[in-house]
Amino acid sequence: MQLQDFEKLFQQKIDTEIKVEPKDWMPDAYRKTLVRQISQHAHSEIVGMLPEGNWISRAPSLKRKAILIAKVQDEAGHGLYLYSACETLGTSREETINDLNSGKAKYSSIFNYPTLTWADMGAIGWLVDGAAILNQVMLCRTSYGPYARAMVRICKEESFHQRQGFDILLTLCKGTDAQKAMCQDAINRWWWPSLMMFGPKDSESTNTDQSMKWKIKRKTNDELRQQFVDMCAEQVKILNMTLPDEHLKWNAQTQHYDFGEIDWSEFWNVVKGNGPCNKERLEARRKAHEDGAWVREAAAAYAEKKTSKQQSQAA
Amino acid sequence: MQLFIKKYYYGDIPDDNSGGADNITSNKNEKDWPLWEVFIRSKQGLDHKHAGSLHAADAQMAIENARDVYTRRNEGVSIWVVESKYIHASNPDDAESFYEPATDKIYRHPTFYDLPDELKHM
Amino acid sequence: MNDPLIDYTLHLADNTLILAQRNSEWCAHGPVLEQDIAITNISLDILGQARNFYQYAAILLGDDATEDTLAFLRDNREFKNCLLVEQENGDWGKTILRQFIFSNYQYLLYEKLQHSKDEQLAAVAAKALKEVTYHLQWSSEWVIRLGDGTDESHQRMMNAIEELWPYVDELFINADYENELLADNIAVDVPSLKNKWIEKITSIFDEATLQIPQNVFAKTGGKQGVHTEKLGYILAEMQFMQRAYPNSVW
Repeated sequence: MQLQDFEKLFQQKIDTEIKVEPKDWMPDAYRKTLVRQISQHAHSEIVGMLPEGNWISRAPSLKRKAILIAKVQDEAGHGLYLYSACETLGTSREETINDLNSGKAKYSSIFNYPTLTWADMGAIGWLVDGAAILNQVMLCRTSYGPYARAMVRICKEESFHQRQGFDILLTLCKGTDAQKAMCQDAINRWWWPSLMMFGPKDSESTNTDQSMKWKIKRKTNDELRQQFVDMCAEQVKILNMTLPDEHLKWNAQTQHYDFGEIDWSEFWNVVKGNGPCNKERLEARRKAHEDGAWVREAAAAYAEKKTSKQQSQAA
Repeated sequence: MQLFIKKYYYGDIPDDNSGGADNITSNKNEKDWPLWEVFIRSKQGLDHKHAGSLHAADAQMAIENARDVYTRRNEGVSIWVVESKYIHASNPDDAESFYEPATDKIYRHPTFYDLPDELKHM
Repeated sequence: MNDPLIDYTLHLADNTLILAQRNSEWCAHGPVLEQDIAITNISLDILGQARNFYQYAAILLGDDATEDTLAFLRDNREFKNCLLVEQENGDWGKTILRQFIFSNYQYLLYEKLQHSKDEQLAAVAAKALKEVTYHLQWSSEWVIRLGDGTDESHQRMMNAIEELWPYVDELFINADYENELLADNIAVDVPSLKNKWIEKITSIFDEATLQIPQNVFAKTGGKQGVHTEKLGYILAEMQFMQRAYPNSVW
């Protein structure tokens, strides 16, 4: 068979909703796209632990502390599932993590924003996790089997994350004036970066998108973003808070909410490394990795010693 | 100046020199702990089922890691781990010769036999 | 107020809360993803124990006491945790060693405490014992791995032993409130745990090619509310929200 034949068969498989599994033939570009996307997704989970981990020591009650620890720990688990999915494509975790630490690989820009008050834990749960979940629910049906399975597991666990975030905000908005102000301030700071999480507008695309054709992705940026805005515009009413967008308005004709223009220069600035915390986040990851090197070496050395001891005993 | 912006989906940011920091390549060529596959029995009486994979230096650590990673929500009562390199898999290219011969042996399935309704408990 | 049962319960609670607080500093900074998750799990277990003890202490205290007023609104001198748990994490080796020292102690303590005449304490201990059994196993294995791993890891473990050993003896000295509860079979007589504790340490250290140091000058005081300077910083951070925004629900 010729390469085109393989590609044709591959596309047929995708079109008939048959999942692609690790040992199956796949176009190089498909593999590369997946490795990039899954690893970025994994890095996002891992870097995403930092802004929230930041508040574990200061959580305002023991219950909140326990919930926050469990949540940040879940994110470590999610990163792990995704690194594993990446490994099924022939890229080792070591390589993937090196790409993050060297600054080569990307992660979601949202985690380059600072967490300034406790209310940020609520806003992240509600808005950032909310945006992520829309994307992840879609990815449960992605064409690559191991990625889809990791996403199913993640979605199952993630459902409590958004709820705990909303619960934090709900408590704040029933509280003192200072708490209400803290709540509104957090929503104001996290709203626009959350909208940016979905990426540039569809209309600004000049390429036909291979990811859609390969069913790695199943919805466009704008579709997902609209879904998110419609959801939040209703939910914010329960909080008695507002979203910081004067153009936000129900449109009876489209049956959707209209909303204002995103500041794309800010988006690109953060992507390009000029966000408030890009340096700190990466440095924290690097430090953890470097400080852990002797631990990883020691455990490997010990395992080797033990194996050779067992072998010499058996001999 | 014309600006070309590619369409990116969430979590899919292009490879270029954008991003966090200066390019520093990893200093050490350190070896990863081996990869292990994890199988979990979710309750007594059921088979162990593949749950995922993880890294560990040795088998004991792999079991403990599996406990911490894959059973945080009471998902299991028993764990198997096996180093991934010891798993041998069938070749997907052989799928036709491997699995199709079984598809026409319909007489292996109980529904193949049309028996009178009066016959009970069979 | 001086009620030995309340003091004792708070001592048990403070020990676990402060260690949980310390361990949770590792979350997102562990040496490898799997171990990040593992130490965080331990942190969560111990935090759960702390909450159970605080909730009981709050009932004993009555009035408006809650687990949170006890954790967040008491000051330095009122905390009754051992000095060991408030020490800085240091490297992974030091954290592991502290966990091993403490889990070994906790295991022996809870084994006895589950038969306490005080039913509440007994119940909390019985539940916690299962968790601690795992912590002890996990930390023992790591002590062995690091002790008998590379030259560097061995050296780091020796450093950790040197740094932490002064805080060991305090675990095995009864405070006033413990002495007062002994006759009623409520508190565990901690000096009686020491031999078994040493036995376990010795067997693990043997495998880890490590040695128990001799003639170490013991530092004590935490159980009576006289702490190292480190506790002040832990509390400043941990209690910040409750202090800055008093009388709020979170």
